[in-house]
Amino acid sequence: MSELRFEDVTVCYGTGRRAMRAVDGVSLTVPTGQVVGLVGDSGSGKSTLARAAVGLAPVAAGRVLLDGRDIRHRTAGRSGKAVQMVFQEPYASLDPRMSAGDSVAEAIPRTDAATRRAEVARLFGLVGLDAAHVSSRPAELSGGQCQRVALARALAARPQIVVADEITSALDVSVQGTVLNLVRDLQRRTRLGMLFISHNLAVVRYVSDIIAVMYLGRIVECGPAHEVLTDPQHPYTRELLAAAPHRDGYAGDGVREESGAVMDTEPPDPHHAPAGCRFHPRCPVGPLALPSRTDCLSLDPTVGALGRMHSTACHYAAALSTSSDVAT
Amino acid sequence: MAVEFEALRAGEEQETQGGIRAAAQDGDVRGRPGGNRLLGVLRSPLGWCAATLLLLVLLLAVFAPLLWSGRADAIDTGQILQGSSGRHWLGTDNLGRDIFYRLLVATRLSIALALLATALGVATGLVLGVAPALLGRRGGRMVTAVVNVAVAFPGLLLALFFAVVFGVGAKGAVLAIGFAMAPGFARLTQTLVASLSERDYVHAARVAGVGRVRVLTRHVLPNVSDPLIVNATIGAGGALLAFSGLSFLGLGVQAPSYDWGRLLGEGLNGIYTHPAAALAPGAAVVIAGLAFNLTGEAVAKAVGVPTASWSRALRPTKSPTATPATAVVPVADDAEAPNKQPVLRVEGLRVSFPGPDGPVTAVRGVGFHVGEGEAVGVVGESGSGKSLTALAVSRLVEHPGAVDADRIEFLGTSLLTEPAHGAVNRRLLGTSLAMVFQDPMTSFNPTMRIGRQLSETAEQHLGSSRPEALSRAVERLRQVRISAAERRAAQYPHELSGGMRQRAMIALALMGRPRLIVADEPTTALDVTVQRQVLRLLDRIRAGDGVALLLISHDINVVAQTCDRVLVMYAGRIVEELPSDRLLTTAQHPYTRALIAAVPHMETELDRPLTVIPGRPVTPDRIPAGCAFAARCPFAQDRCRTDDPRLEMVEPGHRVACWYPQTDAEHGAAFIGERGELTAEDAELTAVDAEFIAVGAEPAAEEAGPTAEEPEPLVEEGEQP
Repeated sequence: MSELRFEDVTVCYGTGRRAMRAVDGVSLTVPTGQVVGLVGDSGSGKSTLARAAVGLAPVAAGRVLLDGRDIRHRTAGRSGKAVQMVFQEPYASLDPRMSAGDSVAEAIPRTDAATRRAEVARLFGLVGLDAAHVSSRPAELSGGQCQRVALARALAARPQIVVADEITSALDVSVQGTVLNLVRDLQRRTRLGMLFISHNLAVVRYVSDIIAVMYLGRIVECGPAHEVLTDPQHPYTRELLAAAPHRDGYAGDGVREESGAVMDTEPPDPHHAPAGCRFHPRCPVGPLALPSRTDCLSLDPTVGALGRMHSTACHYAAALSTSSDVAT
Repeated sequence: MAVEFEALRAGEEQETQGGIRAAAQDGDVRGRPGGNRLLGVLRSPLGWCAATLLLLVLLLAVFAPLLWSGRADAIDTGQILQGSSGRHWLGTDNLGRDIFYRLLVATRLSIALALLATALGVATGLVLGVAPALLGRRGGRMVTAVVNVAVAFPGLLLALFFAVVFGVGAKGAVLAIGFAMAPGFARLTQTLVASLSERDYVHAARVAGVGRVRVLTRHVLPNVSDPLIVNATIGAGGALLAFSGLSFLGLGVQAPSYDWGRLLGEGLNGIYTHPAAALAPGAAVVIAGLAFNLTGEAVAKAVGVPTASWSRALRPTKSPTATPATAVVPVADDAEAPNKQPVLRVEGLRVSFPGPDGPVTAVRGVGFHVGEGEAVGVVGESGSGKSLTALAVSRLVEHPGAVDADRIEFLGTSLLTEPAHGAVNRRLLGTSLAMVFQDPMTSFNPTMRIGRQLSETAEQHLGSSRPEALSRAVERLRQVRISAAERRAAQYPHELSGGMRQRAMIALALMGRPRLIVADEPTTALDVTVQRQVLRLLDRIRAGDGVALLLISHDINVVAQTCDRVLVMYAGRIVEELPSDRLLTTAQHPYTRALIAAVPHMETELDRPLTVIPGRPVTPDRIPAGCAFAARCPFAQDRCRTDDPRLEMVEPGHRVACWYPQTDAEHGAAFIGERGELTAEDAELTAVDAEFIAVGAEPAAEEAGPTAEEPEPLVEEGEQP
């Protein structure tokens, strides 16, 4: 059983004036056997954070710890496979020239051929793939089947944590459900820790124990899934919740309601993140709507976030939870 | 738990079976994909010629010295410098040797040296090319820098330089040409390897702990080998030419050895008296060079053809020509909206593409209409033909696609009479019909300012002057709520964010006087929060200007929220048409119902598995007989597998193409459910849910932990350092 912890992780792309902090001082814990769902818009840095966990993105500052040990020190030898990743594009994540069985077998730690074959068969069974597909090439499989193979490959390395980066967003609606069911079921059976990334809050809600919300390279809210969804503290989380598909959203009132000009502002450029609270240029309860709230313009709300409910990076998180007139 | 997995597997049984069938079909292909493609090279006339030519040259290289070296070296002082004659076809040289035989014998040395140089160049290039991937960041950068400098160095100069260093002679020339070839090849390899190294499967292998060398040899090199082989083949032709050049200059092969270049050099002295002696070696170089280059080209062409996707296709069980009867689809209801002249009326629309087994019909007889100011949504999975329907309406289906319809009328004008009224139609489409695409980045010209691109439309179709058009563009940008519109108009597309680009795209759509906006997945590439803004904008335009909207989306939520009417498409057909506010309550087609149930939303039951539709979507190249959805449908009977259901009206404004439409009101109620009350009553699943839901285990059982038969191996056995 293991715990994955990001400690003040910063990831930069580019150098000099064109440098961009894709992830900026993020601390997040994936506790033993739990699923942490990470939501956010594109460009919020959630995929970069995932890549940092498996060593595909350079960590400029901070540490990624697995059971208290820096994962960068664990990469020596074959032990660096404790964190595995499943990618978004089903066809791009499998070598087109390799059979599904070979792709899975490759990730199995060194062993003899017979054990390897047996292990591949076991993993195929685990992800609900027919044994006949062992010799299929990716082009012969459907998108959903490819994602199953990718999951089997991730499990083959005997990971302690699996990072799933938007694994259903490239799939058709009818197939998405089977993969989500599988992910949830596998997690319950194996008690693997999981970092599940998606832009779709409804999908994240379905699989996660803990939900973390990311905005412009920072985590703005993080807490138990149920609490974050029923009692969101950060205005951005509220915005995401409002945009998520609801059952009654079919009625058509979701889009046609008129809202203030604040909502229509553009997301800021990650190359030039706003000072103070990064959300303030489009915050419906920030200085744009309430001019008296000047501290949002200069004070970083991530300082002292731990003292607020859900570690919310908002100066007015407490105010948000108590006074309803502001919230609407 | 085992039961659970059985069920889960059963859920994909269709999919699996299809897969097995497909796998069985091209099982023989799978064993030798490379060989198969190389055989494919021979099938084209060019490939056939090139391969024959190459074979001839290689045979000569092997056998000519064995057969004719005696004759080629026979000195006959009585016959010095003769012209061509019956005895000596190409005449003789200054020692009376027969040039024709010398030419044949020289094939071996010329080809061997060229191949040797190519091999050297390719090997060196490969090593330099993959080095950055193997070395660390610093070492890699150094190698890249060296290669960059070498690439900038002219090849011939490099060869001359090497010739000086290694001495004049065949050895020096081979090294010179080989090394001169290396930088280009290294650069190509580097680029290919670098682009492939960013692929997900290479990342996945690295994450799985596969070593650098193994990643390179197993994942990277096999996948870049095609272009490298092609390039090496063409490179061999180049090397042959270069080598002949060096020998001709006296820097290559030295006497008494001889190759074509040397023969050419010797023959050149007497070109005015015995032209054949000089021309023949030249022709030999050209022919051999052509053999290499053409083979390379042919291989490149064969490699470039995507074979995987079609090779797995089963033959359609029913030929597309056998479906005309079903194409007659009654258009819903003129009576329902008597005062609204439809902006768009489509009947019997078919779009087909040529396939290896005859035409593949992707849209199979679609009929609908869009009223003035009405928003109609088309929803479906990939391969349902929804985007092609939109493109066909806008007359944007490119050749080889063929559009055929009984009727496509836009504002009362038929768009089918293309040749006679082409200009009229274009003008009508240009001003009155606007299209918004999924990816706004690719729909704008990246080298033109936003304002200019917008104003161009007005200049083209409305005949406005440039300043007039530009001010209209700025006004339109303002209308789609782009802040600082004047400044934005002067910017390039890449300077705008995704949401803003999409709004600019809509502004572009508004530059004419559109009566209909066709939006193909306009929000798919956008963030959820921005998505709402764009949908709201479309809605505002529709309400404000009375512009009709045809919205294509895979997301039933988006369509349901924005549109008045929804068309559900499956396998190139409309399977259901109904008002969007009735989607939840009275949808009757099993596919529509399953599609709604399959989308997780914020009220989805957390302790129940998601509803899934078994099997995989039908692809246009293998549409089964009968109802295309039958294989995945829990209600399908024998009739569904043989007879194709027509789109029939079940009530005004509601059409369904299903033999057994589900009208179960109770089911409908349970489907929607009352929020918060879904706990007790929910335990008893309705028939439909039970059918669709693949997994049925109780969460309590799942919590019980691992069983004996599935010990928990993944975590406990994790290696201890």
